[in-house]
Amino acid sequence: MAELAQWLTTLPLSQVLRRMAWLFPLLQTVHILSIAMMLSSVIMISLRLWGVSRAQAIAALGHRYMPWIWTSLIVVTVTGIVLIVGNPRSLRDPALQVKLWLMVPAIATTLVLAVALRGEARWQKNTRARGMMGLAAAATLVLWLGVTFAGRGRWMLNLIG
Amino acid sequence: MQPIAFLQWLEKTPLALLVSQSIFGFSALDMIHIAAISVVFGMIAVVDLRLLGVASKDCAVTDICRQALPWTWVAFGIAALTGVLMFMGQSVKYYNNYAFRMKVLLMVLAGINMLVFHYITYRGVAKWDRAGIPMSARLAGAVSLACWIAVVAYGRWTAYYMF
Repeated sequence: MAELAQWLTTLPLSQVLRRMAWLFPLLQTVHILSIAMMLSSVIMISLRLWGVSRAQAIAALGHRYMPWIWTSLIVVTVTGIVLIVGNPRSLRDPALQVKLWLMVPAIATTLVLAVALRGEARWQKNTRARGMMGLAAAATLVLWLGVTFAGRGRWMLNLIG
Repeated sequence: MQPIAFLQWLEKTPLALLVSQSIFGFSALDMIHIAAISVVFGMIAVVDLRLLGVASKDCAVTDICRQALPWTWVAFGIAALTGVLMFMGQSVKYYNNYAFRMKVLLMVLAGINMLVFHYITYRGVAKWDRAGIPMSARLAGAVSLACWIAVVAYGRWTAYYMF
C-alpha cells in the first residue's frame, strides 16, 4: 500500500488534483450525495421486504431502486478513486482499507437482493424465504452503513490501538 | 448580549468542552453526522423525485411520503443533535465561517419550503395523489432538492474553511 501511495503521488493527475484544492470538497459532495442515494434506495427496498410498507409490488421496487444503487456505486467508486489519487496518503489509513474490504460483502448482499427482487414470484409465497429476504435487506443496510461509517472511522482504530 | 459573547460562553459550557477537549469527541460526532445527513438527503430525494414526476410514478405520493418521512425525521434528529454538539465545540469559528452561514441559511429556506408544502400544497394531495402533480408541488420538490444538495455542499466547504 505504501508503494502504491508513493507511485500515485508521482502521477500528473495527482499533482493537478493537489494543486486544485477546491476540487476536494466538490468531489466529496458528489461522493456523499451518491452514498445518500444508495442508502435511501436500500432503505426503501428494506421497508418493503420487512413488510413495513406494502404500497408497491416487490418486482416494481427492484426496477425503481436497483438502477439507482448501481449508478450510485459507480459514482461513489469513481469519485472515491479520484479522491485517493488526489491524496495518496489516505491509502495508508487502515480505516480506508476496512472500508474497501467492507464493500465486498456489501456488494455481495446487494447482488443477492437484486437477483431475489427479479425472481420474487418464486419465493414470495414461502414464509421462510420471505424472512430470509428481510434478513438479507437488513444485512445490506447495515453493511452499507458500516462502509459509510468507515469513511470517517479512523478514530475508532486509534481508539483500539 | 452580543452573539459573539454568547458563543464564547457556549464554548465554555461543560458539554462544549467535552466535544472540544476529548480526543475522539469531534471525530465520533462527525462520523454519525455524515451518515445521518446521507440518510436525510437520500430519503428527501426519494420524495422530491416523486413530486417532480421523475421516479416512482406508479406509487402514490401519500404512500411515498408515509414510507420515507418517518425515517427522514429520525435521521434529521440525529444529524441536528450531532451538528449542534459539533457547533458548540467551536461556536465562534463556525459563526465566522461563510460556508457554515450559507448552510444554515439554506436549511432555513428548506424548512420554509417544507412548511408551505405541508400546510398548503399537500392539503389537496387527494386530487393529484396518483397523477397530474400541480406546478406548486413540483416547485416544492425542485426547491427542496436544490436546497439540500447545497446544504451538503456547504457542509463540505465549511470543513474546508475550518482547518
